[in-house]
Amino acid sequence: MNRYRIKAFGITKDFLGGKEAEVEIKGDTVAALRSELMERYPGLQGLRSLYIAVNNDYAEEGRVLGAGDEIALIPPVSGG
Amino acid sequence: MIKITEKPIDIQKVIDTASCLASGAVNVFVGTVRNNANGKNVVWLEYEAYETMAVGEIRKIIDDASHKWPLQGWAVSHRIGTLRPGEVAVVVAVSTPHRKDSFDACEYIIDNLKLHVPIWKKEVFEDGEEWISARPSAVAEKV
Repeated sequence: MNRYRIKAFGITKDFLGGKEAEVEIKGDTVAALRSELMERYPGLQGLRSLYIAVNNDYAEEGRVLGAGDEIALIPPVSGG
Repeated sequence: MIKITEKPIDIQKVIDTASCLASGAVNVFVGTVRNNANGKNVVWLEYEAYETMAVGEIRKIIDDASHKWPLQGWAVSHRIGTLRPGEVAVVVAVSTPHRKDSFDACEYIIDNLKLHVPIWKKEVFEDGEEWISARPSAVAEKV
């Protein structure tokens, strides 16, 4: 199992219950993390979009996550 | 200059930072907080940013704009925290040799900022609150 610390922003804080959460998953990719998060926090499924950022960049689904990576949930943005 | 700040934005400072003696045009976009959304009164907005990533994404947009237009100066400042109607949320300023490029570059930067930069706003009404654009049912936000 791999353990990751996730930063939450915007509406995703409501679903994760705070600004950060820790999850354990079997896989080590962005896609594996996404499916685990969707299962654990079903509210995320209702979002218009959900990107996952790794080390301050939008990440591809196949990206492999490292132990020291900074991982963040990016719900639909609405700046400006 | 790229700035994410909780303090009120000094518009003149953003313009001065973007200005250049070789330029014939400085174009400025000022985004403000509306007092209404979907027929309801907005009491205030809460802006939140993933600051380190937001700065990086704004930098990418500026880099793209620099390849499309002859930017001679630029500055972007975005406010976060609690903002009331009428307050300035974002200022984009660019300078170019001639005016057409300055209009186009400024529009490109604010349009892409709204699409890609990790900043979020929650509208607080008299009877509830809502994160903008988060859910499919939400009406698309337009400045």
